[in-house]
Amino acid sequence: MTRVFHLAANTAVMATTSKMTSTNYWDHFVARMGVRRGDHRVTPGLYKLGSPSTDSPVFVTANYSLSFDALRTSLRGLNAYILVLDTKGVNVWCAAGKRTFGTRELIRRIKAVNLNNVVSHRRLILPQLGAPGIAAHEIKNQTGFLVEYGPVRAADLPEYLTNHRATPEMRLVKFPLHDRFVLIPVELTAIWLPGLIAIGLGYIIGNLPYALAVLTVILGGTTFFPILLPWLPSKDFSTKGAFLGLVAALPFVFSVFLQHADWSWYHQAGQMLGYLLAMPSSIAYISLNFTGSTTFTSRTGVRKEIFAYIRPMAVSFAIGLVLLLVFAFVK
Amino acid sequence: MFNSYLENTLVLDAQLCTGCTLCVTVCPHQVFAITDHKARIINPTNCMECGACQVNCAAGAITVTSGVGCASAMINAALTGKKEVACGCC
Repeated sequence: MTRVFHLAANTAVMATTSKMTSTNYWDHFVARMGVRRGDHRVTPGLYKLGSPSTDSPVFVTANYSLSFDALRTSLRGLNAYILVLDTKGVNVWCAAGKRTFGTRELIRRIKAVNLNNVVSHRRLILPQLGAPGIAAHEIKNQTGFLVEYGPVRAADLPEYLTNHRATPEMRLVKFPLHDRFVLIPVELTAIWLPGLIAIGLGYIIGNLPYALAVLTVILGGTTFFPILLPWLPSKDFSTKGAFLGLVAALPFVFSVFLQHADWSWYHQAGQMLGYLLAMPSSIAYISLNFTGSTTFTSRTGVRKEIFAYIRPMAVSFAIGLVLLLVFAFVK
Repeated sequence: MFNSYLENTLVLDAQLCTGCTLCVTVCPHQVFAITDHKARIINPTNCMECGACQVNCAAGAITVTSGVGCASAMINAALTGKKEVACGCC
């Protein structure tokens, strides 16, 4: 049985399990599709998993449902407390960057749920990626609780909990194909409406080739770029994207050459150049924006990229667009 | 060529380091290692400036300019040549 009934009146302990319901799966699906991104929340506060005692471990997480669910399902069979911080429905790492998964909120939450009286030990297990928001020494000073940084991924918790030591592998953040792949729907959801409008405009102005060119840019930037990221040449996202855009533009260039042999040379050259200037620059721009979704780009580097490439991108795109417009009408 | 990520703002003052090893623990990109009870930067270009090491360094031995940075503010500044003004969106 639980031993939480002697708690002070203002510390309502909520109950949770390690099970995923169909509602949870649906919530995850909707979140992964990038729909109602701020709405995937759980109520902040203290939860009991199983039948925890005063010796049971306390885990801390964010109130984004995917974060909370990853934690509770990884603790299957364990009796534990889960302290959920109010991160406004944002995952642990991003919230730590914005300091909502932060020192102040953790201290406030520890006091609000009276954690001193709930457990007899003074130890909290936090996800490693919460560290940018949490000053462990401040927590110790102000609450007496010792912050222990667990592994990056909740899935590694069972192994971690055998000796409370993380292997170097558990401490490392990578960006494997799966992690890049799941971002694609979110990217697409964000631009599907302007994307469709642009495809429609492309069709009106330049028929099927222009519509396909716009579609190629959208899919190139949002789908092919994340998948191909590690294999595209150079380190900068802008140049990686420009390279991808150049490859994507080649079929359009050749189709002008092959299908419109009757056109004048300057009409052919104008449209070819239009594709070669507009497509790489626009895919490069979408690619540059993808730095915000990755797990490894520094702000200094991104700023450097922006100041190096934004103007050439804009100029190249503008000239390319003008050429494509002009040579859609000039015969 | 085409690598904007060779430099960053991470600085470690080894004199202040107490060898608590927390920077090694919190860093998600194995930037630090401990030798002779002192932290050392072993992979400087791996740093993504998340700030976890600085925030958790009780000795104040680490400084790094962290934060997500407002991309649209940077883009506007780069395009117009004006000063970077955060839009308040992030």
